[in-house]
This record gives sequence, C-alpha cells and structure tokens, in this order.
Amino acid sequence: METIKIMGTDDTPTVILDAENDIFEISGRSLPEDVTAFYDPILNWLDEYAANSNPKTIFTFKLVYFNTASSKLLLDILMKFEEMRENGLDVLIKWYYPEDDEDMQEAGEEYADIVDVPFEQVSYTHS
Amino acid sequence: MDKKNVKGFLEFVYDFYKSMKAHEITLVYEGEITHQITKAFTSLTESNMAKEEESNTVQKKVFHVMVECLQNISKHADSFGSDDFLFAGRGIFMVSKADAEYHVTTGNVIENSKIDELTKILDHINTLDKEGLKELYKTQMREGRLSEKGGAGLGFIDIARKTGRKLNYHFLPIDDETHFFILTSTISRNE
Repeated sequence: METIKIMGTDDTPTVILDAENDIFEISGRSLPEDVTAFYDPILNWLDEYAANSNPKTIFTFKLVYFNTASSKLLLDILMKFEEMRENGLDVLIKWYYPEDDEDMQEAGEEYADIVDVPFEQVSYTHS
Repeated sequence: MDKKNVKGFLEFVYDFYKSMKAHEITLVYEGEITHQITKAFTSLTESNMAKEEESNTVQKKVFHVMVECLQNISKHADSFGSDDFLFAGRGIFMVSKADAEYHVTTGNVIENSKIDELTKILDHINTLDKEGLKELYKTQMREGRLSEKGGAGLGFIDIARKTGRKLNYHFLPIDDETHFFILTSTISRNE
C-alpha cells in the first residue's frame, strides 16, 4: 500500500500513514484553508487500508490545535476506525495532549464518548 | 486634497489613533477576510501574547476565538448594498486588550432574511450551561454536515465554550434589506 507522508505547516498537520512500518499519526496544527481537500485523501487511504489492514492498528493523534471545521473531519476519521472495529479489527487510538491543555484533553474525551473505539489518553510535557 | 481637506484628514487620523488608544485596540482591520489574513492576524496576536508572557491557556483561547470569528466572516458575511466593488466575505475585525481581558469583535453585513435563524441559533447557545454546550457540540459534530464553504456549524458553540461566557451580539439596521451584525467575545486574562 502506498504510504502517505505530509509534512506539517503552520496551518496543516503532519500526517504519516505507513502500513508497512506500522506508523499512523496526525500531529501539529489543523486549520487548513480547505478542510475537505486536505482530509479527503486521508479518508480514502483509510478506506483502502481497512480492506486489508495490519493485525493491530495503533493510531496516534498528537494535535496542539484544530479549528471547528477540522474537528468534524477528525470525527470522520475516527468513524472509519469504528467501522473497522465493527468488522472485527483490532484498533487503538492514542490521544496525546499537552499536560496543561485541558481543552485538548477534553476534546479527546469527547471523541471517546462519541465513537466506539478503544481510546488511550496520554499527557505529555512541552519540550 | 486641498488644504482644508488635508487638515480634516490629519485630524481624522489623529482622532482615529486616539480612539484606538482609548478603546485599547491592538488590531483593527476592515476588508475581505482570507485564509492568509487569518493566518497573519493569529500569528501576530500570538507573538504579541508570547512577548507579554500571557499564559498558555489564555493564548490558546484567544487563538481559538480569533480563528472562529474570522472564519465566520469569510464564510457568512453578506455584501453591502448592491455596489459592485464591495463583496461578500468582508467585515471589520478588532482585537482589544484591557487589564483583565481580551476582546475579539467582529462586524459584518447580514441580509434581513437570515436574522431570525441566526438569532435562534445564538439564543439557543446562550441558554446552555457548560454541559449543555458540550452535548450540543457533540451532536452538531455527529449530525451536522460541512457546508459548501467548509463551515461545520460549530464556531459559535466553540466560542461560547472557550470564553465561558454568553455570546454578546447586536444587530444594527443599515437599510431595508440588511443589518450590521456585531459579535464581541471576551476572554479573561486571569486563567
């Protein structure tokens, strides 16, 4: 499967979707000018991956900021994992948040409430 | 400009400067709100706040509110009258900093036909407490659809949640077809 590697900018996150090396990550900031255009390839990749996935998928979210339009698309991504899980696949979401960022922690908790996917909250210290 | 106009203009500039100072306005803009403008204003305000050693929490809240306010204008502002040179997606945007709080103010033209619906949305948000807002955000995220312009219908809810205050808004009449919509969001600096 093709690997997706997008380097983050000040308004788009870093995205790594690498099935071969078991790396699945979205990190950084997300306020793209066109959210749909940015996230569509990621959603399509996940559809393809779901049809032929690794035995276990650990997906990392390590965002420091996302706008409301992105929040909707992040939910769409999480829904893909919910589907994968319904089809019996082993999926775990790791939601990283800066230890002093209650809003980011709460955002993770809210997603965990909405989608039926195992969620692990991980706090980290700013470097 | 003849002499009298020059004098009038200079006075206007000075008055404008004084009134900005009086209202503690650190940033003011009128025009089209583009993605580039949004990025420029947020990074400018971010670096100012960092210089002033504002807490991370306050910085993030101001950033959130600014982005959502700017995107509201770029996605929803109607055009002023029927003049060709004035387009939709424009408005006024201001940031002011007082001793205890930041204010982010937006103003844009709205067609009268949209006022009822907007008022309903804003008033509904204003009836909700913290938990209610959280539930509404979750419901809207799940059930809402992205509009053609990329709006998720979440901006106002997010502003209310991030500020922890009621949405403070007004409509001023412009003409028979339009009003000027003003929204002021306040972020406390003592968090």
